[in-house]
Amino acid sequence: MTAAVALPLRPPAHQVSPRAVLWWRLRALVTLVLLAGPQAVLLAVFGGGPGWLVATALATTAVVAAYAVAVPPLLYRIHRWEVTPEAVYTLSGWLVREWRIAPISRVQTVDTQHGPIEQLLRLATVTVTTASARGPVRIRGLDQDAAAELARTLTETTQATPGDAT
Amino acid sequence: MDAVTPWRRLDPRMLVVGPAASLVRLLPVIVIVLVTGQSDVMRLWFPVGIAAVLVIGGVVRWRTTRYRITPDRVELHSGWLRRQRISVPRDRIRTVDLTARVLHRLFGLSVVRVAAASGVMAELQGLRLDAVSTAEAERLRHELLDRPTVAAPVEDAPAVRSRSWPGWTGRGCGSRRSRSPRSPHRRRRGPLFNLFGELGVDPRDIAPVDDAASRLVAAPLWFGVLTIGVAVLGVAVVGALLLFAERWYGFTLTREPSPDGDGALRVRRGLLTRRSLSVAEHRIRGAEVTEPLLLRAGRGAQVRAVSTGLSRDAQGGALLPPAPRAEAHRVASAALRADPAQITLAPLRRHPRAALRRRLTRALAPVVLFTAGAFVLGAAVPWLAWLGPTSLLLVPLAALLAVDRFRSLGHQLTSGHLVTRQGSLLRRTVALQRSGVIGWTFRQSVFQQRAGVVTVEAVTAAGAGGYEVLDVAAADAVALADAAAPGLLGPFLPGTDPDLSVGAASRTGPA
Repeated sequence: MTAAVALPLRPPAHQVSPRAVLWWRLRALVTLVLLAGPQAVLLAVFGGGPGWLVATALATTAVVAAYAVAVPPLLYRIHRWEVTPEAVYTLSGWLVREWRIAPISRVQTVDTQHGPIEQLLRLATVTVTTASARGPVRIRGLDQDAAAELARTLTETTQATPGDAT
Repeated sequence: MDAVTPWRRLDPRMLVVGPAASLVRLLPVIVIVLVTGQSDVMRLWFPVGIAAVLVIGGVVRWRTTRYRITPDRVELHSGWLRRQRISVPRDRIRTVDLTARVLHRLFGLSVVRVAAASGVMAELQGLRLDAVSTAEAERLRHELLDRPTVAAPVEDAPAVRSRSWPGWTGRGCGSRRSRSPRSPHRRRRGPLFNLFGELGVDPRDIAPVDDAASRLVAAPLWFGVLTIGVAVLGVAVVGALLLFAERWYGFTLTREPSPDGDGALRVRRGLLTRRSLSVAEHRIRGAEVTEPLLLRAGRGAQVRAVSTGLSRDAQGGALLPPAPRAEAHRVASAALRADPAQITLAPLRRHPRAALRRRLTRALAPVVLFTAGAFVLGAAVPWLAWLGPTSLLLVPLAALLAVDRFRSLGHQLTSGHLVTRQGSLLRRTVALQRSGVIGWTFRQSVFQQRAGVVTVEAVTAAGAGGYEVLDVAAADAVALADAAAPGLLGPFLPGTDPDLSVGAASRTGPA
């Protein structure tokens, strides 16, 4: 899949942490619990229930489980990032692939976030905000220490750049 | 903190206007209580209580709200139990707009809204002074945008000057005297419009209306449907005209020059609610010409400034009401100080055939599915048999839409701007300053990958935050972005070696 990149840009240099695969799987598991859980509870409470409920519960489980098995390794192969002294460059997305390039001179804030599952796996997300209303550039699934180091470097570079980044 | 600059209060007239405005908002509640209230005590004391609360609230609000403009910042302190302190750096101020609703206009007041750069949470919304006297509002507007305190006469302003064209908004749209915020005889007309509603007249109580209703009941069904249809159409047309008048009455666009050569564009408009929006010229990143289908059919268009700090509602940053297309392009060119052929009228490059195929698939696939569903339903339910053949009509419509969407597609890189156009029902042509591009996003879905095309988005701090060039060949997309902002993409072109100096320690996978 990664071989078929039709955009004449080379992929960013770095991959995310290999533990990100597990993180994406666990997230799929949470989704599974949220989606299939209520259906299972209904089935248990009413001792059987209508046939279509059994079918939807099974279908939900099958789809999410297939996603959890097949997609995270794919995401790991696709997701890449790179920071040069001039720009932040990321590649992400599965069905819709997205290459984003933001010049360091236009970066407004840099922060790191750790969700509950991320904390468990010692992972972090680095969010790089620019002045645009189209949302920040996010690098997900980084190793915690690497993320802190990256945020520190980015902040230093950004502070050295004058102007209000619009 | 600057201890020298004195604090100022809102205009004392807010002691009256504030409670009155709240009262108008609470009117439905009060009416309901008055109508349904059982005892006279309730009927008497409830409105008195509400009035007292509103008056006390107004006084407290006026007493606790202070603002000042120091050389660096604009500060607003407000609130009694829950204090709020907002401080906006002056160099972050993007736009200043003045709004005067009917009640405010009656008392000669204006609400000042200062919009600051987004991105930093605390300063996201800017601040709002509700309200100061109109003269003070004008003074603040000039001070905050670094304009000279005395407004330059409009005649001295170069180039940009546009008004509603003759015959549309009628009296007053051209006369400067009638636009003067100080002419009191014009301010007093507004409330009359609400008189009918405030009197609480129920139309059904009027004899001719009652008579017409009973005739309508007696008449044949088709007559009733036709009459009501015509009536709804009539009301819609009148409503649209009234709305247009309320929004665009007395429209003027002027450029206010400042000594350092960097001016501001100012739009003034509105019948009952007067609005004034000033955009500093160095904040403008481009212009957008929008043509909704019907407006396009009438060879009309609307112009909007692409600037930071503008609200994103329907009229945010509008530089012109719907106007003839040529005038729209002229205003865009004057606002950007660029030749129309370099911006919104630039000859555009067509997009590849794959873009046409994608437009056709995307328009036809849902319609074909729908039609198939309609035929199946028609076969299953006898009295719905007409559904299938009728829905076939949608197919040519969808094809037309797809072809028009493809014909609208285009982009061009001119000396100073990136121009891109797309859309059919709402066609937008955007000219974005190349220096205003603060990043690039390339997007490619699985289908786009198969067609060998990609969507490029020029990310910007202004306007919608990003403007797309839809479905260009992958190689052209990178070439376009590279040419528009030289140097940025260079290190990522194929054949270059990654620079591993930053973040190399966090490298975990194979390069």
